[in-house]
Amino acid sequence: MITLTHYLVLSAILFSIGLAGVIRRKNLLLLFFSTEIMLNAANIGFAAIGKFYGDLTGQMVAFFIIAVAASEVAVGLGLLVLWYKRTGTIDLESMQEMKG
Amino acid sequence: MEAIAFYLFSVITIGMFAIVVFSKNALYAMSALAGGMIAISGFFFMLDADFLGAVQIIVYTGAVMALYAFGMMFFDTTKDVKENIKEDKIVNALWISAVVILIVIVSVPFVSDHIMLDASTSDYKVIGANNPQAVGIFLFTKYLVQFELAAVMLLVAMIAGIILVSKKMDISLTTTVEEKIEKEEFDIKDAK
Amino acid sequence: MENYVYIALFAPLAGSLFAALFGDKPKTLLTGIVTSLLLFVSWYASIKLLGYIDEEHIIHVKMMDWIAAGNFNVDFGFVADQVSVIMMVTVTTVSTLVHVYSIGYMDHDKGFNRYFSYLSAFVFSMMILVMSDNFLGLFIGWEGVGLCSWLLIGFWYHKKDVPTSENPAISPAYAANEAFVMNRIADLGMLIGIFMIYWNLGSLEYDTVFANIGSLDGATITMIGVFLFIGAMGKSAQFPLHTWLANAMEGPTPVSALIHAATMVTAGVYLVIRSHDIYMLIPNVGYFIACLGAFVAVFAASMALVNLELKRIIAYSTLSQLGYMFVAAGLGAYWIALFHLMTHAFFKSVLFLGAGNVMHAMDDEKYIDKMGGLAKVMPWTMRIMTVASLALAGIWPFAGFFSKDKILETAFAQNHYFLWALLWIGAGMTAYYSFRLIMLVFFGEERYKKFGFHPHEAYPYVLLAMAPLAILAIIAGFFEHSFMHFVTQLLPEYEPHVSKGTFIFLLVVTLGIAISGITLAVVKFSKGNFDEFFKKLGVYDVLINQYHIPDFYQRAICEPYAKLSEFAWKKIDMRIVDATVDFIAGVIYKSGDKARAMQTGNLSTNLKWMALGFVVLLAAALFYRPGM
Repeated sequence: MITLTHYLVLSAILFSIGLAGVIRRKNLLLLFFSTEIMLNAANIGFAAIGKFYGDLTGQMVAFFIIAVAASEVAVGLGLLVLWYKRTGTIDLESMQEMKG
Repeated sequence: MEAIAFYLFSVITIGMFAIVVFSKNALYAMSALAGGMIAISGFFFMLDADFLGAVQIIVYTGAVMALYAFGMMFFDTTKDVKENIKEDKIVNALWISAVVILIVIVSVPFVSDHIMLDASTSDYKVIGANNPQAVGIFLFTKYLVQFELAAVMLLVAMIAGIILVSKKMDISLTTTVEEKIEKEEFDIKDAK
Repeated sequence: MENYVYIALFAPLAGSLFAALFGDKPKTLLTGIVTSLLLFVSWYASIKLLGYIDEEHIIHVKMMDWIAAGNFNVDFGFVADQVSVIMMVTVTTVSTLVHVYSIGYMDHDKGFNRYFSYLSAFVFSMMILVMSDNFLGLFIGWEGVGLCSWLLIGFWYHKKDVPTSENPAISPAYAANEAFVMNRIADLGMLIGIFMIYWNLGSLEYDTVFANIGSLDGATITMIGVFLFIGAMGKSAQFPLHTWLANAMEGPTPVSALIHAATMVTAGVYLVIRSHDIYMLIPNVGYFIACLGAFVAVFAASMALVNLELKRIIAYSTLSQLGYMFVAAGLGAYWIALFHLMTHAFFKSVLFLGAGNVMHAMDDEKYIDKMGGLAKVMPWTMRIMTVASLALAGIWPFAGFFSKDKILETAFAQNHYFLWALLWIGAGMTAYYSFRLIMLVFFGEERYKKFGFHPHEAYPYVLLAMAPLAILAIIAGFFEHSFMHFVTQLLPEYEPHVSKGTFIFLLVVTLGIAISGITLAVVKFSKGNFDEFFKKLGVYDVLINQYHIPDFYQRAICEPYAKLSEFAWKKIDMRIVDATVDFIAGVIYKSGDKARAMQTGNLSTNLKWMALGFVVLLAAALFYRPGM
């Protein structure tokens, strides 16, 4: 029998994989990938809770998260392309301009 | 049956995503990500969220991955981005602790006990419709405003994406007058 | 007719704003002319109102709702009744002529336009003061004239501070601040009075207040009367708040004529007259006012006896005359107080303007012992000032005779013989110092030649502007009966009842002491300096130092206060308040400085910090037990 806990543990593991990617990788594109992973992990959590509560709200939230993710990809990728055009690199270390 | 499917999909997604995060090749990473996304839709189908599963496949594997693919054409993917990933103890400690804490939170009985509820009070049955219908009804009644906002946001994001990647964008449109932009464009052509 | 009220009120404001437009420009003759013309318009409107108003016709206008907060309602309303119209005519007459005079007097001044802007603003405030139909409007005007007075006393703010031995007022800016602070002290009293009126009666409108004041108990009425009178004491410079008036002479002379002789300082008397319904219920306070007035009348006159500063002498004389007015008002003879206020406004302002002529001719020299024999070069100024001094001394048929005599008669008729005696002595002193001044300035040895002055007579139009005031100083007394009939439509009627014999006796005695005062001054000063007599008498030092009251204030109030302030500054503010603030700022600054190392500008590092924060929040969630 698969319980809610199973799903939530899976969600947590996926989220942590995403988090590890975010803090380990220096390639900006890979950073975007990791973000997608984290968002999807959250989606699984929402959908699972929604099911076990018998409430559609979980799915609704997941749905909106997908919308946000899609927007984020569109804008983020645009910015990334722009950055690449300007500097010729998508290395995270190249962004040092905010040094205080 | 359910358990088999769950563990199968779990192994696939975790493995795929691990490849995404730890692979050195961006192309492999992307392919693995696409695979992982499809596997995730499997979970949605298992959770009676048919519509969400379909959306997951269409949006991620269809749209987002295509976008990334196009994006990667811009970047020279044949040569790897040199990532000097130091095996930082702090980083590892951080994400591993995150895993541990998260799992503890969701699996420790006293926490999940609160969450566990009887599935019989499901809204699906109350409404008496199958999942896509129920989602449609919810989306266009209770969540109409949010839905419209999401639509506007997507539109804005689309326009932003177009403007950002379009040609003239290495010049600021907001701070330069039109003739100057044209002149600079001319200069760029000359340079080529 | 209502329009005349608005015209009379707002014409000076229009002039002030017009002149203010040119405030930073060098002299523009236009500003002087426009403000004078607008004041003339205001004067004309006041005269029209004077002709219109009688028992049936009192104009009461409500311009707009002013303050409406909960139960608190005050309208911006104005009233033109017998008292306020008399004040309006007096104010506008004097101020119109002073404006014209100022065009000549301020001829070479850099702040010409600024000056006219202030002066017209003053007239506007004064009009609000006298025309308001409620105490709050009166207070606004009261503060407005205070502000303009401050601006004008300190008009030559650029003059340096000098020790008191050189100039008792230290500097115009200092004198202006002194006047302002003194008036604030008094205004607090007045505000308390106004609050008490509102607290007890729920309204500030004169009509409502005076109709219901009788319903209060005696103690409350007394308190209200006393607090209102404290305000009047400040504005009218009564003892012990009198020191600012003499120092206010640092301002330009026409300002002294208008503000510190004719109008603003009489606002206190106006307040008492206006509130006569209150003061009639509390004769004890009235008697106290009369006593204080009589004391000031003599006290101020005595200081004028030996002073050597031209304007200071006249300022003390103003103080003394204000004392006379308060005696009349305190004894219930309100119309006599108002009458003396009016006649005094005429002869005192022209006296000041004459002094202005002299000082202008003498390159702003203010010591009369450096003058003398000026009658030859300034014959018209001499004549005008003599007329004004005769009026001040109370010689028949000049205006001062009628009003001052009535005050003395009132005191005698009410059996306050001691007050009468004080006033009688004051009258003698007045006559003496007025003519001492005339003698020292205009006659005798021509001492100014030693100091290298080249005096000259003032411009003809300046003299012409003084002429109407001089004429009024001569003839205003003959309007006594029509004046009485007019204002007693509103004010309580009062006629001192003395027998014919007593009346003639009083007349002779009063005139006698005035004439003997004049004679003494004329005879002694034509022979030489008579001030030596006071030096021999041993009172000279006391008088010239104003009874050491300014010194006393300096030592007993100002210096301890300065010490207290310094203590509060160095110990309380710097050690405790500032130190606390600095400590907090220092902690934040240092922690920011340390935390700055986190900001490497590297996104990767930022992300790591973010992840750390996330883990910390997770850990916190682990220990979070809602509702447990």
